[in-house]
Amino acid sequence: MAGFMPAISFQSVSKQYRSRGSGAVVQALDQVSFDIEEGEFFGLLGPNGAGKTSLISILAGLSRPSGGAVKVHGYDVIADFAQARRCLGVVPQELVFDPFFSVRETLRIQSGYFGVRRNEAWIDELLECLGLADKAGANMRQLSGGMKRRVLVAQALVHKPKVIVLDEPTAGVDVELRQTLWQFIARLNRQGSTVLLTTHYLEEAEALCPRIAMLKSGKVVALSNTCDLLQNASSNVMRFKLDHELPPLLAVKARVTGRVVQLPAHDAQEIETHLAILRQAGLQPQDVEIRKADLEDVFLEVMNCQPGVAATAEELA
Amino acid sequence: MIGWLTLFYKEVLRFWKVAFQTVAAPVLTALMYLLIFGHVLQDRVQVYPGVGYTDFLIPGLVMMSVLQNAFANSSSSLIQSKMMGNLVFVLLTPLSPWNWFCAYMLSSMVRGLVVGLGVLLVTVWFSSLPWAAPLWIAAFAVLGAGLLSAMGIIAGLWSEKFDQMAAFQNFVIMPMTFLSGVFYSIHSLPDFWQTASHFNPFFYMIDGFRHGFLGHSDVSPWISLALVGSACLVMSAVALHLLRIGFKIRS
Repeated sequence: MAGFMPAISFQSVSKQYRSRGSGAVVQALDQVSFDIEEGEFFGLLGPNGAGKTSLISILAGLSRPSGGAVKVHGYDVIADFAQARRCLGVVPQELVFDPFFSVRETLRIQSGYFGVRRNEAWIDELLECLGLADKAGANMRQLSGGMKRRVLVAQALVHKPKVIVLDEPTAGVDVELRQTLWQFIARLNRQGSTVLLTTHYLEEAEALCPRIAMLKSGKVVALSNTCDLLQNASSNVMRFKLDHELPPLLAVKARVTGRVVQLPAHDAQEIETHLAILRQAGLQPQDVEIRKADLEDVFLEVMNCQPGVAATAEELA
Repeated sequence: MIGWLTLFYKEVLRFWKVAFQTVAAPVLTALMYLLIFGHVLQDRVQVYPGVGYTDFLIPGLVMMSVLQNAFANSSSSLIQSKMMGNLVFVLLTPLSPWNWFCAYMLSSMVRGLVVGLGVLLVTVWFSSLPWAAPLWIAAFAVLGAGLLSAMGIIAGLWSEKFDQMAAFQNFVIMPMTFLSGVFYSIHSLPDFWQTASHFNPFFYMIDGFRHGFLGHSDVSPWISLALVGSACLVMSAVALHLLRIGFKIRS
């Protein structure tokens, strides 16, 4: 029975709250439903304010849903909160720490909260794998931001949870930590841990998560295998460099990063049209290339509700 | 079982790591009160027959330190953890509201009692206390520490910023402590203030505690025990209820 049980199950989860400023009712989550199977590496994506952290807060017991239910390995996060939380290891988004303790004390204490005694071997392994071994005796205040982030990850893993929840764990951290972190998390995932990841780094999500859900304004707008999402993307992308401003006709649909311009291009005809508009404006694009849409393109399409992907999302959700 | 013990241990370790501030400083403050008030009033005031002012003052100072520090521990720990965001590490655990309550209560009581013991150890040399009824001393010390620990939990949960906590401390705890008969017997007050003092639960804690040392009190220690015990139960029930509903800590 337990084998068929999803690791995480969100069932019609809604969350409303009253805005402190205006007093207006805000719908943070609206009937969110999906399951995450045991052993999955699942990505939860969405722009700021989409409801990702609200959903994770409900999962972690930091917040209560206005409606619906959330289960972790079959345990309701409210009725069976102790069992549900024992299954969960949550890396919070905020870089928080307790300034009274050293790294090792922090991990021992966190382990004790979960009733895990004599955990030194695993604590040592965590310190080693996350590059914290030489900081074990250092006070939390003495650590850099990146090191504090590593401790947050270690704290979440110290009781060997079945489900690891990472809420934007790589926000503002260097490449070395990202690589260390992902290698370690991928190892735990291979060993059977379920991983739920929220991130704004879509290339990370594309590389790590075989299945993805996208939230927008508190609703699931896409839920699919990452490969299917990419394959069903409505277009390829025409990418080039340009030293001048784009003509208005192209500017409305372009993604511009400095000199680099990316335009959706469904077929050869559309590519030719883009080039013609550029020529007419007297502009000379450089390093023109056509590539397959990546997750960032798909994400933008879904968030802008473009018909091709929106239909896919609707069908799969 | 070990979950709440870990939280208890962490809370004790938290204040012990800054013991200079959390233990030594209040002991020194109490010693200053004794040296100044004791020196000035020793030959001028006799509250009970045959009891010098210093002997009268010391139990009051000890109890005042117990109460203030028990309150300070749970309240400051909670507000600091809320403000710094590290309360999340406890919120994410399987600890039940009862576990939270026991850990915060007991750790705060430990701090209050450790400071009280410290004050007693440094002041007892200036006195000739008769130690009339040690069980009363223990009972009021424990109940008083418990009551203020529970009030500290309530204040820590209720406060959303240090400002509000300071208001609670300065406008509720401090006046109630100072107007409880630490430095005087309520019989030396005008009628109105004598009556008002009977509505202050801190008065009964100090009076009952002092009875344990001197064998004299303004009201029967049994009445004090009943009132302090009841207040402790009520405040504990409120604190536990607030923890159960996640008051201002779970949205």
